[in-house]
Amino acid sequence: MAAGATREGSVAGTHAHHVAHHFDNAEQQFESGKLGMWIFLATEILLFGGLFCAYAVYRSNHPEVFVYAHRFLDTTLGAVNTAVLICSSFTMALAVRAAQLGRRRQLLGLLGTTIALAACFLGIKGVEYEQKWKEGLLWGAHFHAKLAPSPPALPQTLPPVPAAAGEERSLIPPAAIGPAGLARPGRPTVAEGSEGPPHDVQVFFAVYFLMTGLHGIHVIVGMALLSWMMVRAGRGEFGPAYVTPVDLTGLYWHLVDLIWIFLFPLLYLIR
Amino acid sequence: MRERAHPEGAAASETAAAGHVVPLRVLAAVWGTLLALTALTVVAAGVDLGNLNLGVAMLIATVKATLVLLFFMHLRYDRPILAIVFVTALLFVALFVSIALLDTHAYAHQLIPGYGPALPK
Amino acid sequence: MTGIESGAAGFGQGGNALGRDNYLNHERGIKSWLLTRDHKRIGVMYLVVILSSFFLGGIFAELIRTKLLTPGNSALMKADTYNQMFTLHGAIMIFLFVIPGIPASLGNFVLPLMLGAKDVAFPRLNLASFYLWVGGALLALGSMVTGAVDTGWTFYTPYSTTTNTNVIMMVAGIFVLGFSSIFTGLNFVVTIHKLRPAGMTWFRMPLFLWGIYGTAIIQIMATPVLGITLLLLIAERALGIGIFDPALGGDPVLFQHFFWFYSHPAVYIMILPAMGVISELVSVFSRKHIFGYSFIAMSSIAIAVLSFLVWGHHMFVAGQSTLSSMIFSFLTFMVAIPSAVKVFNWLATMYKGSIWLATPMLYVLSFLFLFGIGGLTGLFLGALAVDVHLHDTYFVVAHFHYVMFGGTVIAFLGGLHYWWPKMFGRMYSEFWGRIGALLVFVGFNTTFFTQFVMGSHGAPRRSYHYQPQFEAYHRLSTIGAYILGVGFVVIAVYLIHSLLRGRPAPANPWGGATLEWQTSSPPPHDNFESTPAVGDPYDVEAWTWDGAVGGFVRRAPAGQPAGS
Repeated sequence: MAAGATREGSVAGTHAHHVAHHFDNAEQQFESGKLGMWIFLATEILLFGGLFCAYAVYRSNHPEVFVYAHRFLDTTLGAVNTAVLICSSFTMALAVRAAQLGRRRQLLGLLGTTIALAACFLGIKGVEYEQKWKEGLLWGAHFHAKLAPSPPALPQTLPPVPAAAGEERSLIPPAAIGPAGLARPGRPTVAEGSEGPPHDVQVFFAVYFLMTGLHGIHVIVGMALLSWMMVRAGRGEFGPAYVTPVDLTGLYWHLVDLIWIFLFPLLYLIR
Repeated sequence: MRERAHPEGAAASETAAAGHVVPLRVLAAVWGTLLALTALTVVAAGVDLGNLNLGVAMLIATVKATLVLLFFMHLRYDRPILAIVFVTALLFVALFVSIALLDTHAYAHQLIPGYGPALPK
Repeated sequence: MTGIESGAAGFGQGGNALGRDNYLNHERGIKSWLLTRDHKRIGVMYLVVILSSFFLGGIFAELIRTKLLTPGNSALMKADTYNQMFTLHGAIMIFLFVIPGIPASLGNFVLPLMLGAKDVAFPRLNLASFYLWVGGALLALGSMVTGAVDTGWTFYTPYSTTTNTNVIMMVAGIFVLGFSSIFTGLNFVVTIHKLRPAGMTWFRMPLFLWGIYGTAIIQIMATPVLGITLLLLIAERALGIGIFDPALGGDPVLFQHFFWFYSHPAVYIMILPAMGVISELVSVFSRKHIFGYSFIAMSSIAIAVLSFLVWGHHMFVAGQSTLSSMIFSFLTFMVAIPSAVKVFNWLATMYKGSIWLATPMLYVLSFLFLFGIGGLTGLFLGALAVDVHLHDTYFVVAHFHYVMFGGTVIAFLGGLHYWWPKMFGRMYSEFWGRIGALLVFVGFNTTFFTQFVMGSHGAPRRSYHYQPQFEAYHRLSTIGAYILGVGFVVIAVYLIHSLLRGRPAPANPWGGATLEWQTSSPPPHDNFESTPAVGDPYDVEAWTWDGAVGGFVRRAPAGQPAGS
């Protein structure tokens, strides 16, 4: 994935002149690599776009669930994690700068710091996940948290079909309305005005785990890429004439930060 | 490299394949602003602005994202095509989200008991 | 023209390179193929695996049609097997054949040649896409052994989250195939943006490249959404995430939004490159400059953009709101405009041309006819009221086969026959080529036109049993499928024969003016021995048949000997 796009740069990296045979010059190659990476980032945006869409749909249809359930998230940890990622983005930007200027030791140090910050992010995330796990605040089918006492269920099954006078009542049950084939029959509508948790709190946690989980996977991939960059930087491959792989890894890392910048207010700061 | 504005007059060695070197103080300023905006968004979430809360949070996040894109990701110094690619992706996401939202919102009440917000009385 | 030495004297510019160094014999050994970064070899490898999947999907189709000879139970297969069979037919044909078909095989081979470049921008990524395809295909086909999926190729929830078949494996395979598709598209966009040589401006690009470019935009912008959809489906089955499960507060209709946000644009991933192929062929075989170049080019981009705005027309009866249905219905009709712009420009190109009914041109004519029917019946289905009647009947099956097969596969065959001499340096039998094209055309129409009639009478698709009133139609349709099968066997036989015994091909057997005809057949490893001069890609009238070289040569400017 990102590795693939970045690896292209290394085709050139092994040559003395860093230019693959089908490119005219280093600039064309650098610009191509960058365009390729940005297109890849566009696909990442669309990948996450699906989850943002799910978020928007469920939040608009279950606003009470989101307002209620987000209180189980730790805003302080979330804010700290945001700061951690922003710092890692900063060190990454500095690392690209160091590579451009040909400062190898600085580059190694900054890449290392970025990885350390990424690990810190994952550590904090892990603490949060563990908390949720213990409390049973999980997704869909696995949600088993003991919430505040729920209100007595309002029996609201479909109204029986009234038998008109003189007509035999149909033995066929009324058709399910819409794709409700698996919906629990007789589920109450939204508990309006009643105390206690709303229904379908697990929807929020499904969205939460999906979004942060996919983001977490991207952080891990980013750490792998950064480590690989460290190895190559250690071999002294990068300098003013050749920074493409570091630059592209940096772009990827900033995107990971970018997505978190939106996830944080959307998940932790609901009002 | 094509003739491009180097407003900060980077002292760095400029070779064809290195790209634009962003000055240190620009990067540091962006970093500081990002952290300040993070604090601001937390504070803003504590104030009850009604429906505006979501808008304010998204506005701050968008400003932060723009800063990252322009300076950390060099968009300010790069060719416009890269920004076009990125914005196109955002437009497609917006299209997807808005139509799915429009539709699910319209049918949500009718289809599944208990699904969606209560009908207006 | 270029300083290419004509090794086999008498074959014109570039000539036939079978006896010389070319990409096929530049390096030898199986390893040199498996690890190659040459776009031509990768294109050929794609061609092999894609045609194999086409063959496999075709076998499933023939089996399905054989079952449908009779309305009731069949000794051939049980109802469950039937469900698995049509799912596999759909999934293999869509994800393994039609979507990668033209771009990955023909596109990979031809794109850098047409552009005058040495390779695609990221040759390693290109090879990686190929192996992603192979890995994805193995996963998807592996599900056949571990519990073939019976959901239909659309994997609609809630059935796909509850069936006992191995949905996860199939879906994971398609997820991987999606990445292959994305990387191919990415590679092509960057190649077209960055590797155009001097003189190759945007509006001097052959229209096939515009088609590929439009396709690549869709591949990049739509496929990731399929990726996340399939990940959610896997999460739903493996972890019970509840996003699409109404019992857990989820929304199954949302799955359809997710799925069609990709899968409708995917229809244009299939048809846009086909339209690009037709744009090339129609000019060459009418011996006339293409009519309305910029309209055809821009309509490719217009189709690519519009393709994202019509996904809801798959959901008219799925519980979508009336408002969305109206919007989507309107936008669906809009797609007809750029499609018709293309068709009319092709017809105008043929008008007063000297039409040469070689095998590729027969496929062009088939395409115009079949795509016309396929496109127009799409309008029936785009109309809300009519769709309620026709939805999920054989009418839909016939419609999309007319577009996918009558459009994409026919254009693929046309392109394959057109570029075959360039790819392998040998000509196929023109006589058998025409017979094959005819058999495919007759077989196809017999199979699927019948289904239009049957569908408009209300025959439901995908059902194992059917009412006896439809038996005659089903029988006719099955006979058509057998004719089609024979047609493909004929094609396979003479193409393989041509590989071994075919007449050596000249550099330019058809008189095309695009750059790939200005290098030898097959091309050398670096595509061109010297950089070709970029001219008007549709200046076909400047090329004339030269009996002495057995191919086309550029008509000499006054005062110069031909072929200089």
